[in-house]
This record gives sequence, structure tokens and C-alpha cells, in this order.
Amino acid sequence: MMKDEQQIKSQGQDVCPGKKSQLKLEDVRAEIEKTSGPQYWRSLEELAGTPEFQEMLHREFPKGASEWLDSVSRRGFLRLMGASMALAGMTGCTKLPLEPIVPYVRQPEEVVPGRPMFYATAMTLSGYASPLLVESHLGRPTKVEGNPEHPASLGGTDVFAQASLLDLYDPDRSQTVTHLGDIRSWDRFVDGIRGPLTAQKALSGAGIRILTPTISSPTLAAQIKSLLSAYPQAKWHVYEPINRDNVIAGSQMAFGQPVETQYRLEGANVILSLDADFLYGGFPGATRYIRDYANRRNPDANINRLYVVESTPSATGVKAEHRLPLRASEIEGFAHALAGMVGVNAGGATLEGEQQKFLAGVAKDLQGNRGASVVMAGDHQSAAVHALAHAINAALGNVGKTVVYTDTVDANPVNQTESLRELVSDMHGGKVDLLLILSGNPAYDAPVDIGFADALEKTNVGMRVHVGLHNTETAALCHWHINEAHYLEAWGDTRAYDGSVCIVQPLIQPLYAGRSALEVVAFLGGQANANGYELVRGYWQKQHTAGDFDSFWRKSVHDGFVAGTAFAPKNVAMKGGNVPATNVEPGDIEINFRRDPSIYDGRFANNGWLQELPKPLTKLTWDNAALIGPAMADRLKLKTEDMVELDVRGRKVQSPIWIQAGHPDKSITVFLGYGRTRSGRAGSEVGFDMYRARTTTGLWFTNGVQIRKLGDTYKLASTQGYQTMETPTGERPLVQAATLEKYRDEPKFAKEGEPPTALTLYQPYDYKKEAYAWGMAIDMNRCTGCNNCIVACQAENNIAVVGKEQVVKGRHMHWLRVDVYYEGDRANPSAHFQPVPCMQCENAPCEVVCPVGATVHSTEGLNDMVYNRCIGTRYCSNNCPYKVRRFNFLLFQDWETPQYKMMRNPDVSIRSRGVMEKCTYCIQRINEHRIDAERADTLVKDGTLQTACQQSCPAEAIIFGNINDPNSKVSKLKSLDRNYSLLGELNTRPRTTYLAEIRNPNPEAEG
Amino acid sequence: MQIFHRSTNTLSRATIFGAVFVIAALFWAMAQIQRSPYVTYAGVAKPQPVPFSHQHHVTGLGIDCRYCHTSVETSSFAGIPPTKTCMNCHSQIWTNAALLEPVRESYRSDKSLQWTRVNQLPDFVYFNHSIHINKGVGCNTCHGPVDKMPLMYQFASLQMEWCLECHRAPEKFIRPREQVFNMRYEQPTSNKVVTVGDAKFEDQIALGRALIKKYNVRPPMDITTCSTCHR
Repeated sequence: MMKDEQQIKSQGQDVCPGKKSQLKLEDVRAEIEKTSGPQYWRSLEELAGTPEFQEMLHREFPKGASEWLDSVSRRGFLRLMGASMALAGMTGCTKLPLEPIVPYVRQPEEVVPGRPMFYATAMTLSGYASPLLVESHLGRPTKVEGNPEHPASLGGTDVFAQASLLDLYDPDRSQTVTHLGDIRSWDRFVDGIRGPLTAQKALSGAGIRILTPTISSPTLAAQIKSLLSAYPQAKWHVYEPINRDNVIAGSQMAFGQPVETQYRLEGANVILSLDADFLYGGFPGATRYIRDYANRRNPDANINRLYVVESTPSATGVKAEHRLPLRASEIEGFAHALAGMVGVNAGGATLEGEQQKFLAGVAKDLQGNRGASVVMAGDHQSAAVHALAHAINAALGNVGKTVVYTDTVDANPVNQTESLRELVSDMHGGKVDLLLILSGNPAYDAPVDIGFADALEKTNVGMRVHVGLHNTETAALCHWHINEAHYLEAWGDTRAYDGSVCIVQPLIQPLYAGRSALEVVAFLGGQANANGYELVRGYWQKQHTAGDFDSFWRKSVHDGFVAGTAFAPKNVAMKGGNVPATNVEPGDIEINFRRDPSIYDGRFANNGWLQELPKPLTKLTWDNAALIGPAMADRLKLKTEDMVELDVRGRKVQSPIWIQAGHPDKSITVFLGYGRTRSGRAGSEVGFDMYRARTTTGLWFTNGVQIRKLGDTYKLASTQGYQTMETPTGERPLVQAATLEKYRDEPKFAKEGEPPTALTLYQPYDYKKEAYAWGMAIDMNRCTGCNNCIVACQAENNIAVVGKEQVVKGRHMHWLRVDVYYEGDRANPSAHFQPVPCMQCENAPCEVVCPVGATVHSTEGLNDMVYNRCIGTRYCSNNCPYKVRRFNFLLFQDWETPQYKMMRNPDVSIRSRGVMEKCTYCIQRINEHRIDAERADTLVKDGTLQTACQQSCPAEAIIFGNINDPNSKVSKLKSLDRNYSLLGELNTRPRTTYLAEIRNPNPEAEG
Repeated sequence: MQIFHRSTNTLSRATIFGAVFVIAALFWAMAQIQRSPYVTYAGVAKPQPVPFSHQHHVTGLGIDCRYCHTSVETSSFAGIPPTKTCMNCHSQIWTNAALLEPVRESYRSDKSLQWTRVNQLPDFVYFNHSIHINKGVGCNTCHGPVDKMPLMYQFASLQMEWCLECHRAPEKFIRPREQVFNMRYEQPTSNKVVTVGDAKFEDQIALGRALIKKYNVRPPMDITTCSTCHR
């Protein structure tokens, strides 16, 4: 008895039961086998119905959030309380300090103080551009949006573009030129490099090596080429850890030349992804693909069908109608078998059981949709898989319809791994005298067996120069470090996935007098004082010989892209012949190396917005973990948060374990980018560095992994299950989903159990008489869980970053969360993404309990939050069934750092300690548009007023507008049969409603 | 045994009774301090780099408000003129005045003049000039007799109760749009008729109601919603 009590107590002390998990997998299994578990579940804990989960359900915040856990003395406590009492009544009695007001000396044309301006620009990630429109308040960029006129964006963005704003203002960015760690001026660098350059001139540049990441910028490529022609013996090497070597090799194998593959998903009835996570940022063209995919998710029109074969659970995979978890090495076998079935490649082995059924189903479906299907291969799959995908697409008649080949976006499509290897061998061979590293961080992220960092440190390269945004691990091993200008500070150009050239237009003078890579290369090429603007303009002047250049240039800068530069489809002939099977040594356990969904390859490690962004499935923040499947965890007796040592063919790394439902068995997935040592206040010494186990033979996956339990545990900060809603009856699920068949039989299935709305104790208000009644509809069928809305909301609404410790306590501040609900077997579940902002209930439970009237209803139906009235009783969040309110338990906002002051949206209050905050439907935007419309004596036009989440959503899953206007898009969505209220049975009458998810499974592929 | 004198009873009663008044007086005093110019700055001229006289420029020279406050009709912020605006005239007249040296210095050195903000709202209040102008709120309704201010001062308390006076009853204040920038405008009385189109008004409330209808001013219930000003 005593022992039991103790056990319960120790469990109760867990800050978050979701993670620590006294969870026994046997319990989970027993629970599942009883088949009485919930239909939809958010975590394995919930599936098992553990007591910790139950407690979480009943809590307003996770345990620990609202307790003062830091030790504080009694005296300190009394002092604090005394001061609070004394000040309680006095807070309203403040005298405003005098404030300066600083006008321009000469006001620039078109600048209207108080009104933001928007400029078109573009951000490049691994060579692929995100076309953007950036908001600027009096010269300060404050918000990144997608460029609605560019086909690669259509208004959407990805998380990296959204968060790049924080990188601009990162106080840890490199702020000066350094030489051997000491601060130097640019002029000293100019002096320093003159000698070596002159020496190289005589040798035709035989000792010069330039190492760049993937470059798609036509101007920069031209500059590098002109530098190479000035120094003909110099060499250009390219390396990026998240490279597309396999894609290029696959296209070489299929066509004998490197080509870019573009997909036209709007015409695809059936999509098969072979390990391609094409619905998440980082995949070239993802922003556009999400839109095209989502446009085909209308169950009342021609809904598409997605099959995914994947080696690690991804946002794309769980959206699929049919998902087959396979180990990365087995996917090639699957591709061979499929190719055999569509008759392009003989010798495909047959598969067994489930896999065979899946294969037969997908093969038949693909053949039934010739010319209207797509087979995509993931970047980390072998060249053979890519070649097979090309062959299958050709056999299915998809080429030219849903699959288009063009020139490569990459200006120098070489095998990057080999390129880096060659550079290192030259370094060892003493052939390199002057090494210029343009961005990138190869000392940290190069494959270990290449030994790049070692070569930098130990070989005798006379002069090593690093140009970068941060003073990184690589910069530390170079003589000179040049602080690079951020893309929002410098002119440039770049290419989007379709090849169209985007002009990179700066919005602000370099904060730290940084120089762009383009300017540095031009300087080395002999153009002293080269200026980015003139370089880019000059390049395009040379390209545009016909017609009036000035108006062409102005239009291109204004639009953000050069019209007519998208690559034309290219006719490429298949080489023919069988694609050989790659020989894979049989091994027991496999390991996958993947880019991190939040911090990519590690370059965004110091970006707090991305670090704190819950990853799409695990909802992990501030860390990486080794993902394993539940069956493997059972076998190895591993639990989430257990530390293990992974021995990848002799290279050992340590990592905590995360049990991920749907992960293939006998396989581990680790994420790159963590464990940085020189990143900054947010990114250094965070997580575990997996590059230490990544070699050229196993860039993406390899087998022969030994896993050893270390015995200790490591706290992971996952928000999964933190804001867990409870259904009062426990019957009506929070997500409503059905198959197409069921939906057609019973279109109103989602509305089941909603109460009559007339019965209520709340005082009724006639919202119909108002000009506006704001409402939102979220289409779960379109949402792909890309996380964009979370970062967009954070940027728009000045939401603070709290740090790992605080996330563990459940004190993270995101106003918008994306809940994941799994469905089905834990070995291979599907999942539903549900973005949850404030519901803006008409009968808001939070309002009636506020003792100071700090949260009250507006006549337009908004649940207003008045920060200056809030005294922090937290009654409102206690009474909120949706758990969407966030409380500033501590002073999370940084009021001191000057850079952050420039970054913030001036139209939104900055909340301090002790204040409750929540989503307001972007009230600042509503006010701005309403006032503009009133001045013009009209009503706000539907579609012009967008909330931040809606605007950034590449899927257009979030639609906001006036529900008093029956013709508005949101009204039309809300009148659909699929529309339902979350927890509608509480009769809170939420203004945010959801459209139920409808899947379109193939009965023949059902397992 | 009686320790206290009998009069203590009366004294204690008086004290308790009196305490109510003392506490009330304290509250009253605090409320007064809170509303006093010491806290609100109402009527207080703040130190400025140049003693700019609105009286001289508006009444004396007849310059329209919008010559300097250019964005008042389009933006939340009315705009403080750039040094260039001052120099439009002062490169021609008073070119040697010592008072204007800071202006010339700013123009020469390309460094902004640092004025002290006169009408200042707390950071959690989001005021928009353009909509007030558009709905017929005159400049001097809030800013007072600017044309009679040799040194600029804040006219009203700018406290929330003051804002609400109008937001709860806009008919008491609004005027025809064409009169918004007229510093000499007077509200209609039986002696002073204000015409709007064909209609003549001798009474502010009647005028206000007519204008509310004409300009589509939202009802008090709407414009006293918290999110009108706070976000």
C-alpha cells in the first residue's frame, strides 16, 4: 500500500507525463489488444489511457506550469508579496515618461508614417528561392509573407522563410570582420588578401579554391565564372549537407544528363511518394505542391489519392490514404517491384503480405490513371529509385502532363560529396593556398570520413577565408571571417523551383555593414567597391538587350521576379535499359539521417522561433531525438527519453529515444543540425550532433547500427499532449473524419451530436445586425501540418520565445497550435492535423469568469483580450475548454535587446509578465482594413483582409472573413455539410469551425 | 475598574466615523492627482528644441494643418514634418534667426530634430487619426485652440474617460467634414446656423445625429468595444 502511494506520488511529480512516461509498452499493447482505446489519439500515453494522461486532460496547464518550482526563500516571497500588495492599486497611476519624436530630415517619397510598405524579395534555401513580400515599417522589416504573384508561392511560404526575419535581427549574428578571432576592418582584409591574390595571379590561380553551397543565382554564378576565368586554374567546389546528389545521379542514370523534375499535382489523381516529404518546407517547390495537392482535396469535386511509402513518419506520410512504412533500403526493392508491374523494368522481386497488397493496389491505381498520376522519389533515396520513378512516370504517360523536366536550378550540378572530397584531397596534397568558403558550415556538417574540419585545421592552406552570417565552427578554423549580409540586407538574385529568377531586394541597410557573397566574389574578381545593386542590375542589363531596360528592371524589382525566366519544359529521352539494383549488404538495424523539420541542416540553430516550433509529428522542441518504432522499443525495452548510444559502423553518438508511432521496425531516424558548438545563445550546445555519425557511404541511411541503452534518461520538451482537450461525454471525437464512401452516404456525419443552439444561459446578442461578424473556417482536408501558421502568428503578434525549460513546464506561448490526432494501429497510423487558434466563442466561458473585465466580447463577435486590464488571475484559461490561452508566467519578452525592438510589429502590444494572451484573429489587421473601408465608405472586401495564419498558409486551409456576408468565402465553407464545431456540444458557439477530413482510400489496397 | 475615560467612547465613534471620510478623501485626492496636469501633462508645454509657435503659423500666416501634418487623412499617425518642410520657407525667410539654428543644423547635418512628443498615448492604445478626420471630428475638438498656442501643449487629459465621452455620444462633438480643419468652427446655436447640404441646423445634437447617419458612424456599442483601441 505504502509502496503504491509512493509510486503514484512520484508519477505525479512528473512535469509532463507525456514525456517521462512511466509508460509501459506492455500496457499500451494490452490496451490496444482490448480494442477499447480511443478512435483518435494524440500520444501513445493517451492510447494506453495512463493516469498521467488523465491528469493532463483535467489540467489547465501541464503540471508545473503554474507552480513556482524555483527555490525561493520565505523572506523573498514575503518581500515580493508585500510589494505586489502595495502596488496592486497603483498600477493604473503611472505618469508617462517624456518621449522623443523624430521626423525625417527629408522624407522619402511614398513613405507614410503609420502605414507599412511591402517589398518583393526572395529567400534562398539550398539554391531554391521562396518568393516573398516583406512588410516594412519605416524601414524596418517586420513580417515575411509569400509573393502572391509568383507561381512558386501564390502567397504561401514555408517555416524557414517566415522565421528568417528573426535571423536578420539575431543579436548573435556575426557583426564584424575578424582575423584569427580579432576584430578587423574590411580594409584590413583587403590589404591582407592583396598579397596572396597577386601571388596566385602568377600561378593562374592554381592555389585558389572556392567552396560554396548550392548556387542558383545567375549573377553570382556569372561572377564566380568570371573569377575563374581570371584565375583559370582555380576551382569551384560545391557542398551542402542537404544536397541532391542522388537526384542528379538518378537523372544521369535515366537521361544521361542532370535535369530538374517538376510536378504538376493539380492534374494528378493518384500520387505515389517514394520517401518524398513533398508537403513540408525544404522540399523544392513544397509551397506550390501543397497548394496543388490541397486544391485536389475537395471531396465534392475530384479528390485525389495519395500513397506514401516512407522510411520515417512524416507530415506527408500521415496525410496519405495509404501509407507503407518500409526501411529506407527496402524502398528500392519496392520501386523495382512496382516498375516490374507497370512493365518498365524487368526483374523486380515480388513482395509479400501487406506490402504486396499495397503494391498491387497502387500499381492498379496508377495504371488506371495514366497521364494523371505522379510517382515522386525523395532526395535521400538512391539514384536507382529516382531512375525508376522517371521510368515509371514515362511508362504511365505522365511526362509532359504531371511530370515536367527542365534544366537544373542548380547552376553547378555536380556531385557535391565528391566535390568536397576532391577539395579535401587537394588540401592534403598541398595544392590549396587560398580557400574561400562562401556561406555554409562544412567544418560542422561535412561527412566525418571526409575529415574537412581536420583538413582545415591541419593542412597548410595559406589563407582561409569564411564568409557567413554567423561566426561558426568553420569560421573558427579560418584565418579571416567576413560577416555576411542577410538576404534582407543585400541585393541579389536567385531561382525558384520552376527556374524563374527572383530579384532579392534588400529592405534595410546592413545592420553590421555586412557584405553579400556576391560582393565578396566581385571584389576578388577585381571589382573594388563592388556594389550588389550594380552587380545584379548590370548582369540583367547584359541579358536584356531588346527593349527598354529601365522599365524592364523596375518591373522585375517591383514584381520580385523576372518575367519569362521560368524554365521551358525539356524533352529528354530515356536512356533505356534496366536500372540495376543497388547492392545492399543485409544488416540488422538501419539508421536514417534527415534534415530537421525546424532547423534544417543546423543553419537555423540560433533561431528561437524555429527551435521552439513543435516538429510536425513528435511535437519536439529544442532537441532532436532518435526515433524508433513501438515494436522495436518493445523488443529492446526502450522507453521515450532513454539515452542510448548508437554505434554506426564504429562511429558513436548518443541520443535520447523517442518512440514514434508509424516508424518502420528495425530502423532508427535521427535528425541533423543539433549539437552546434558555435551557434549563439539559442543554438549552442542544444541537442545532439548526428553529423558525427554521418559518412559518405551512409549519407542518408546505412545499416549495421548497434544500439546500446546507457541507463540514464534525458528530458525532452515535447508539446504533444500539453493542451489536451477533453470531450465532456467522451464520445464525440474532436476530429471528424470519414472515408469518401461514408461521407457520400452520410454527408452530415460531422454534425452529429451538436446541440440545438437556442438553449443557452448566456445573454443573446444579435450579431446579424452588425456590418461584420468575423469567423474562420479551417479545412482539415487541406491542412498538411506544415507549421507555417504557427511561425507566421508568432512574427505577426510579437509572441515571445520561452526556452526549453519553460516548454517542459508547459509555458510556451504559441497562440496557435497544430494538434495531431493519430488514428489506427500504432505501427502504421494515419493522422489528422488540426490547427487550433482561439475559437472566439460567442458564448465564451472565459469571459464570465474574469473578475476585472479584461476579456470581453466585441459587437463583431470577437473575444477581445485587453492586456492592460489583465491582472493575471488565470481564471479565463482555467475555464477555456479549448486551452488556447497562454499566460506570461515570467518575463518572457526581451525588452532590452535593441535588435528585437526593431523587429516587432508596432501594431500589436508587447505583453509583459503576469498577463494572459491569446489569438485575437489579428485584430490589428481587422482594424486597419475596417478603417480603410470606412474611409472609402464601403465594406471590407472579402479576401483582402487575411489573418497572419491564413496569409501564410500554402494550402489555403484557413479561411477568415465576414460570416454576415452570405457570399463570403468563409460563409460558403461554413454552410458545407462537413462543417462542424469543435466541442460543439458545449454550445460555446465557436466562430472558428472545422471542415471534417474526408479520405479517399482505395478499397483494393486496404490492409 | 475603568481604564479609559468615558469620553473615549465618543472619541472612538468619531474616529471610526471620521475614518470613512479620511479614506474617501484619500481616494478623492488620488483621483485628483491622477487627473491632474502633473500626471496627464494637459496644458503643460514640454521642452522643445525650437520654440515653434502654432499661433504664429496658423493664425498669423494661415497655414493649413495638413501642410505639415500630411498623413492625417490617410494614416493612423498625423505626421511630424521633416526638416525639409520647415526649410521650404526658412531657406528664404528668417535665414539668420538664432532660434532656427537647430533646424538649419539638422538640414545641414542630415540629423533629425528631436522633438518632445506632445500628445502621447500609452503603448497599449492604438489611435487612428484618419478615421476621426473622416467621421467629422475636428482637429481642435481634441487638440484644443492650437491656433492660439504660442507654445504647443496637450489640450485634453487623453485619459480613457475623456475618449469615452465622445465614443459614447459622438453626436455631441462631430461636425461636417469640410469644417474639420477649420480652427474657428463653432457648434451650431440658434444664432449660428450650420448648413449641411440643404439642411440647416441650430442645435449640435440634431446636427450630430444627422452626421452620424450621413457618415455611417458606428453606434456607441461598437466603438466602445475594447478592441477598437486596444489590441
